[in-house]
This record gives sequence, C-alpha cells and structure tokens, in this order.
Amino acid sequence: MSEILMPRLSDTMEEGVISAWHKKPGDKVSAGEALVDIETDKALMEYEAYEDGVLGEILVAEGQTASIGAPIAILLGEGESAPPKAPAAPEAAPAANGQAAAPQQPAAAPAPAATATVPAQGAPAEASNDTRSRPPSSPLARRLARENDLDLTTITGSGPGGRIVRADIEAALKNAPAPAPAAPQAPSPATTAPAAAEDPDVERVPLSRIRKVTARRLTESMQSTPHFYLTRVVDVGALLAFRKTLNEALNPAKVSVNDLIVKACATALRANPVLNVSFTEDSLLVHKRVNVGVAVALEDGLVVPVIRDADRKTVSQIGAETRELAGRAREQRLTPQEMSGGTFTVSNLGMFGIDSFTAVINPPEAGILAVGATRKDVVVGDDGEFTARDRLTLTLSVDHRACDGATGAKFLGELAELLENPLRIIA
Amino acid sequence: MATMTYRQALRDTLRDEMLRDENVFVMGEEIGVFEGSYKITEGLLKEFGPKRVRDTPIAEEGFVGAAIGAAMLGLRPVVEIMTINFSLLALDQIVNHAAKIYGMFGGQCSVPMVIRTPGGGGQQLGATHSQNVELFYSFIPGLKVLAPSTPAEASSMLRAAIRDDDPVLFLENLALYNTRGEVPDDLEPAEIGRAAVTRPGTDVTIIAYSRMAHVAAEAADKLATDGISAEIVDLRSLRPLDRETVVESVRRTGCAVVAEDDWLTYGIGAEIAATIQEGAFDHLDAPVRRVAMAEVPLPYSKPLELAALPSAESLVTAVRDTVRATGR
Repeated sequence: MSEILMPRLSDTMEEGVISAWHKKPGDKVSAGEALVDIETDKALMEYEAYEDGVLGEILVAEGQTASIGAPIAILLGEGESAPPKAPAAPEAAPAANGQAAAPQQPAAAPAPAATATVPAQGAPAEASNDTRSRPPSSPLARRLARENDLDLTTITGSGPGGRIVRADIEAALKNAPAPAPAAPQAPSPATTAPAAAEDPDVERVPLSRIRKVTARRLTESMQSTPHFYLTRVVDVGALLAFRKTLNEALNPAKVSVNDLIVKACATALRANPVLNVSFTEDSLLVHKRVNVGVAVALEDGLVVPVIRDADRKTVSQIGAETRELAGRAREQRLTPQEMSGGTFTVSNLGMFGIDSFTAVINPPEAGILAVGATRKDVVVGDDGEFTARDRLTLTLSVDHRACDGATGAKFLGELAELLENPLRIIA
Repeated sequence: MATMTYRQALRDTLRDEMLRDENVFVMGEEIGVFEGSYKITEGLLKEFGPKRVRDTPIAEEGFVGAAIGAAMLGLRPVVEIMTINFSLLALDQIVNHAAKIYGMFGGQCSVPMVIRTPGGGGQQLGATHSQNVELFYSFIPGLKVLAPSTPAEASSMLRAAIRDDDPVLFLENLALYNTRGEVPDDLEPAEIGRAAVTRPGTDVTIIAYSRMAHVAAEAADKLATDGISAEIVDLRSLRPLDRETVVESVRRTGCAVVAEDDWLTYGIGAEIAATIQEGAFDHLDAPVRRVAMAEVPLPYSKPLELAALPSAESLVTAVRDTVRATGR
C-alpha cells in the first residue's frame, strides 16, 4: 500500500486542485496511466501513476485542494485490501432502507431463517459515501450551483455526511446576493456579478480555466503587492539601426525590438540584480538565474512563457524561442514548466500603438517592464536644436516590498543606457 | 355515482362487460357454483349460465392454456386465478404463450385475455399464499400488468383490460376487496399505462400502487401533521410503466420514497428508483429510498407477519429521513 501525494508540478505551486479523477476506487492502475487531473496556479496537468496497483481510496475529492506532499489517494498492491474505514456517520444508521419498523419490533427478525435480511436491508448508498470521488452534494444542489455560478467548495453541506443539498445553495444565494462567492484566494471585486437573477440583456459566458487563473493571479498580485511605477523615455534610434544590421546579418532569421529589450533586461538584471528577486514574508530571495517571461495575450487570458537564462542566450536564440513559445501559448500547449520560474517579465503593447501603460507584476517576481510603441518625437538637443528621434516609453512596475524607488530608478536608468547603446546589450 | 366496495365494483364491471359483449366469459376455480373464493363472480352463473361462467378443475396451467386458445379464436376470457401465488403453476402458459403469441406469429392473432388474481399478505395465509409476485409479469414484454387501488379504478381498469387486445394480468389485493369508494356511473374504460398523482404535495414524492397506495395515503396524513407535504403517485399500471408521471413529480419535489408490497431486492422499487435517476437526476436532492417487505418468506404468526410487511409507520420514517436529508 502506498500513498499518492500531491506532486509539485511547477515551482511556484503551493497547492493543487483535484480537477478530475480518471480512476475510481477499485480500478486497476498501471504505471504511466493517467490517474488524475490537477490544476495548479499555472495549468491543468494530467498526473500519471508511477506504479502499478489498484486505486484503494481517494482522499481528496474532485474540486478540493491539497498542499504539495499531502496524500491524495491510496494505491494498493496486488491482493492488498483497503485500510479499515471509520464507521459510517451516525446519520447513516437510520438510513437503513426497507423495513424501518423492524428495529422497534425485534420479533420481526426470525434470526435463523433471515440470512438475506441484513445485507439486503443495509444502506449501500450511504455506506459507499466514503469512497465517492465527488464532493458530497446532491445532484440538485450541483445543478443549482452550476446555474447560479456558485463554487460548491465554498459551501458547507448540512445534509447527511456533510452533503450539500438544495437548502444550502438557497442559503448561500440568499446570504450573498451580490458578489458571487469565489474561491477563497480570490475575493475579487472584479467578479461581482449578480448571482441569482438572469438579466435578458446580459449573456453569461462561463470563464475559461485560463481566464480564471489569470483573474485569480492578477487579483492576488494587485492585492498583495504594493506596486510603484517608474516611467522613462528611451531613444531607440541606435537600437533600430542595430536591429536592422542584425537582421541583415541573420537573414532570413529576424529579431524584434522586443527580443532586444528582453535581452537588455536580462543583461541589466545580471549586472544589477535588484529586481531579480522575490519577496517572501521573512526573506528576499535573490535569484541566481535570470529568466525573463514574455507576456502573451490569448483570446481568453494571458500567459507568460519564460525564456530561461536569457542573459546567457543570444538575441536570435531569444527571438526564436519567444516565437516558438508564443505560438504554442496561443494553442494552449505550453507546459507549466514553460510558464514558471520567471524572475522578471516584459510586456509589450507597442504593436497596438500604446504609448505607455502600467503592467501588473507577475508574482512572485518583483518587477515587470511595460513597453510602449516606438514613435517619432521632436527632441530638443543640448545645443537647442530640434531633431526628430525614434523613442519609446518604458514603464517599470516594482514590488515596493522588495525594492525602493531610487534603486528601481537606477535599474531603469541602466536599462535605458543599454537600449541607447545597443552594442552593450550583447557585449 | 355510487359508493361501493372494490369487490362490488369488480363484480358489477364483470357483469356489465358480459352484458355488453357476449364473447366475454369467465373461467376459474370455484367461480361458478361457489361464486368465487372472494365472491367477485357472485350471481354470474345464475345470470349467464355455465357456458359463460365455467368452473374449472384445480389445474391452472390447463385452464389458462384453454383461455389462451379461446382468446386466439376471438373470445375474451376473463380467468380468475384464486391467488397470484397459484399463477406460478401457469407461468409457462402466461410467459411463453400468452405474452409471445402475437409477436412470434407475426401478429396473425392476438390474445385478448384477462387474468384476474389477488395478491397480498397480512391475512395469515402463510408464506406460500401471501406473496406479491406481480414483478414476474411486469418483467415480461407482451403482457400488461394493471394494479388498481380504488373501487373506481378497479372498475375502469377492468373494463379497459377486457377490451384490450393484449393479455392483461389484473392484480387485485385481498386487503382491498372490502375497501369502499365512489364509483361514477357510466365509467369509461381507463387509459392503460397512466399513473396518477392521487395527492399533490411539494416536499417529497411517494410512489406506490395497489395496497401500498393506501398505506402511502395514511403515511401522507401523518406526515402532514409534521408539516411535510407528500405527493403520492399511484402507478396503477406496472407495465406499461408511466415513467413520465413519476419523473415529473420528482422533478417538482426533489426527492422520492418508493413503497412496495414485495421484497426490496430487484423489486419494482428498484425499477422506479432507476427511472428516477435517469429522468430526474439533476433534480434529486436526496437518494431515492425504498420501503418494502422484510426479505423473508412471510411469517404466519400475526405479530411477525405485521412486522415483516411495510407499514405506514415505516414509510413515515423513511420519508422523514429523506426530507431531513434535504435539509428541510
């Protein structure tokens, strides 16, 4: 007999939600077979069994959460039997079907003859509650929760064995008419939708998993991370010329301005790691590797694939890798590994003509750079001369707990310096 | 409109149908000279003569087979089998012949016969004379199984059974023969295969038939004093089974208890429970419960017999538990 533990599926993962069990107790399990779907902060992952056996018991039901390393199921070896279970809940006792009057009239049980009596009149439905892989809830309660967009995990069941029944859903709807009770981590005001009545003028579009995760993570970030913003205009004339030279040399491969910015950030972070950090309650984690995430907009959410060791990669490597990751991101085929481990993020809305914007930090990172569009500015030179220059605006969002204004400003200055002297990006 | 017993309603209906259609005749043990063990055929021999009211030997397989033959040739026999327990002797004729002939021979002839037979325990008749084995027949395609619970239904459903072209097992119940109820004059034949909501309610559906429909009504009265509003669905027809009415009711109430006068395991309640989960799964707020007989041959001793039979008390307990499980 062995315990199956909640695996660590990404390095920022602290707990996982059991999305679906592929097996039920009593099912044979072979190593390599899909056992359970686990939703992490980043993605939905299929988790495979590591050894052969029989699924003995599911300890964490669908929809419920367990921390990394917590047992989520018991796997039995060949011929092993399930561990003894706790006696059924007291409510199960009066649930005995059939002749409920019998106990009051013991004469009713002609003991020697009644071999079939006991098992037949037991309550198999109640007894099997222990091994059910669903959170205990009645089908009616589940349907009402679905229709009202209620999360069953936020509701306490009042039925036998804690089963969530209609009355519990109705109570929940009554008590919380305005904000739909969301997952405890995300008491997001953004999710306040009228829970009960359907407005004919409003179409209800269920949230995709990515949208849910995006919403939860961004809410978490804005609520727990004190952001401050530093804005700086950078002259990119030299950068554009440099890019042109590079692209002529690399032809047919191409690098983008964004690839150069990613590389510049990596170089700047390597030289001055003030923002290559994560803030925790009792310490500052200084990351030794520089992994730069690149925000990719999807139709229904945002993902951030990570260029690992961006400081040690060439610009063309970064370019190729970014395009490959972004392509798979749009097909939602990124693995959690590819979306985790970032130490800094670059978000670029320049292609949409945005001059400048502020970005929300992607925890546990401490900084994110928002890149605006390149534009022609009239610039007054030192000698008072007007010239037209290619410029763009960078806005750095910083976790104030990890880094202060002056330190952040110094970093942004160094980054601007690199971008204005692009040879130093690759030097 | 007249108030009469279930017994009287059956007797009057038989007479009416014999007057209406000279092809209708009755056959069975002790039904002529003795006028029936339960007096359903009282006066019929005198009125219609021995050609249409035929006493038979104690040979169920033989006279059921004879009735099948008569039905195939155009008569409308109404066979009385003294109790449903004795129908087991005619099981092959009923299951392998009556139920099969129409389909097996390409519809060349139907078998428009009725087998009237009472079931039911509680009469201290011992284990072999107290069974409710209508399940056996409800299981068989080709048969119809009707189980009226009131005098009016007994009348309208017997009328329908006699006029129906398929073999019908018409289930009566020893405990119901003396129950009284109003029977409208000029009662039309019932529509076969329709259940009825005999008592509307909002909190729970009790599904029952035959004697248990009365037990359900008694239980519902008791439950009403507790503030529990029980809806009763009387199945009336076990085959064809009116799944729609059952499902519609449970969709309204959100939970159900099936009361049956037979054994729980593989019983009619199991079929009803399956029907409910198929049709009303998303409306169920508690598991479907079944109240049935103790899984023993029914004891002869009166206290033991009463303890083994499903009662209004056991039904009330089951309904209370079910409603409590929904948090109400």
